[in-house]
Amino acid sequence: MKTVLIIGAGPAGLAAAAAAREGGARVVLLDSAEDVGGQYWRHLPATRPARNESLLHHGWSTFRSLRERLEGDELCEIVTWAHVWAIEDRNIHVLVGEPDGTNRDARVYNAAAVVMATGAYDRTLPIPGWELPGVFTAGGAQALAKGERIAVGHRVVVGGAGPFLLPVAESLVVAGSTVVGVYEASHARRLLGTWTTRPWELARTASKVTEMLGYVSNHVRHRIPYVTGRAVTAIQGADRVESVTVSAIDRSWAPIAGTQKTIDVDAVCLGHGFTPRLELPIAAGCRVNARRFIEVDEDQRTSVAGVFAAGEITGIGGVDLALAEGAIAGHVAAGGAASDMQMRQHRVRRRRFRQFAARIESAHGIGENWSKWLTDETIICRCEEVSFGRLNSVAEASQATGLRSLKLLTRAGLGICQGRVCGRSVEELLGAHVPGGRLIDGVSSDRRPIATPIRLGELAQELDNPAHLERTNTK
Amino acid sequence: MGTYRVAAQIDSIAPEPATVITISVDGVAVDGLLGQTLAGVMLGSDIMAWRNTSFGDQPRGLFCGIGICFECLVVVNGQRDVRACQRRAASGDQIEFHRDLPVHVEDAESEGPS
Repeated sequence: MKTVLIIGAGPAGLAAAAAAREGGARVVLLDSAEDVGGQYWRHLPATRPARNESLLHHGWSTFRSLRERLEGDELCEIVTWAHVWAIEDRNIHVLVGEPDGTNRDARVYNAAAVVMATGAYDRTLPIPGWELPGVFTAGGAQALAKGERIAVGHRVVVGGAGPFLLPVAESLVVAGSTVVGVYEASHARRLLGTWTTRPWELARTASKVTEMLGYVSNHVRHRIPYVTGRAVTAIQGADRVESVTVSAIDRSWAPIAGTQKTIDVDAVCLGHGFTPRLELPIAAGCRVNARRFIEVDEDQRTSVAGVFAAGEITGIGGVDLALAEGAIAGHVAAGGAASDMQMRQHRVRRRRFRQFAARIESAHGIGENWSKWLTDETIICRCEEVSFGRLNSVAEASQATGLRSLKLLTRAGLGICQGRVCGRSVEELLGAHVPGGRLIDGVSSDRRPIATPIRLGELAQELDNPAHLERTNTK
Repeated sequence: MGTYRVAAQIDSIAPEPATVITISVDGVAVDGLLGQTLAGVMLGSDIMAWRNTSFGDQPRGLFCGIGICFECLVVVNGQRDVRACQRRAASGDQIEFHRDLPVHVEDAESEGPS
């Protein structure tokens, strides 16, 4: 019997697992969290049941039925707390156990078919003061509300770009916070232009539109100001957030002088889009396209034979697209084809929601002059505490034109997060010093051979006793 | 002001009773609920910073909440470099704030022959 190994148990991974089982394959489903669901269906732990938990979610019944179907299936092995830290050739190295623990169970998986469904996380642009406690990523605030019932503050500002700001504001309100305002960087005209052209396309993405209308009506009900063409351009406070500065910005996201307004808050949530988690597919050898997502064909195949990709790593498109792509990837990985009859509905949904994703990108994409709100003192790399001024002075003094040498000289992106938070911003800011605006060594901050930091002791253990490894050869 | 845990009595999701746990945070007893992460327990008591940076000695706490940014590192029962947003809290856990290991930086100029 063929085995399909799936990395990531969010919407795409869960749909892939169900389709692969449907197609007759055995499934191994890995996720680093303690339960399945991913960030979209991040939920309360089993020790904290709540009768109306579905209030915090969209598509909760879809999640419940996928989970029940897979958990009750002995040919679907779900491995949670599974931290994939490296992929070499076809060997997938995994440590199973407590996050950042010791003496965890080291395993190497080697499967003929692998589905990558590693998802995405918030892209947050540097802003003066963004390193203060009380500044959270939009997704972080959402995770705390859904997974912990923690509210990040009493008076909160939400800022950035994209429809995801709306559910974040909604979950804060449901947790009892006052959302002082949602500041969307895109201008109303650009939003209207994008959302009102070719309306027939939108009519076919009914679930997504209903979800968004739900957020909008909640905003009306809770009277949350939703202001377009504005950005959080500075954050103030001694040891924690005390106020934010909101400015009007032009089409390119450059702040407009004289429009600054200071608002007292105790927390701010920021999200300027999403960054796909590409390190594992890149380690597996999968080709990255010009838009910096994993290249897939109609069958969700990557450039590497036997390796498939689904969900946000192929393009930021939301839950419906992730479910459709996951189902097709799982079905093909099990031996089917995307053109099979039973995949028809998924193909249709995939096409519709890709159009929807393209609209989101064109309406909310990051403007090229966001760096105009930075000052010399603004921290760009949070881990290594590299300021904008230092980044610029080193780039000017060295005249280096490659990302690798500039990272070594500035230390930006070399800290413990491995450039996950600042990497793409650093590339952009350093690129501005190079003629043509692009660094020339072809190095990408998405490449991370060690996908998650592990302790030297655990590494030594694996190197010393390769025999103790549980090898799951599933070819 | 600051972070807080939504009180069960007023939470619209109607939580069932949960088990209270107690951990020690920098020597102070802090209550949380079984199943919360260390970050969740601390934020629930408005503890928002539990680390100081290596160069600027600036306070940091939770930022991304999903294990990406490594800002929320904490020392748990003597073990360093644990992401507070990822590790489940257990009753009796001893949390110490993350400080860098002491590094002695010699001032080369002042030690030169005078």
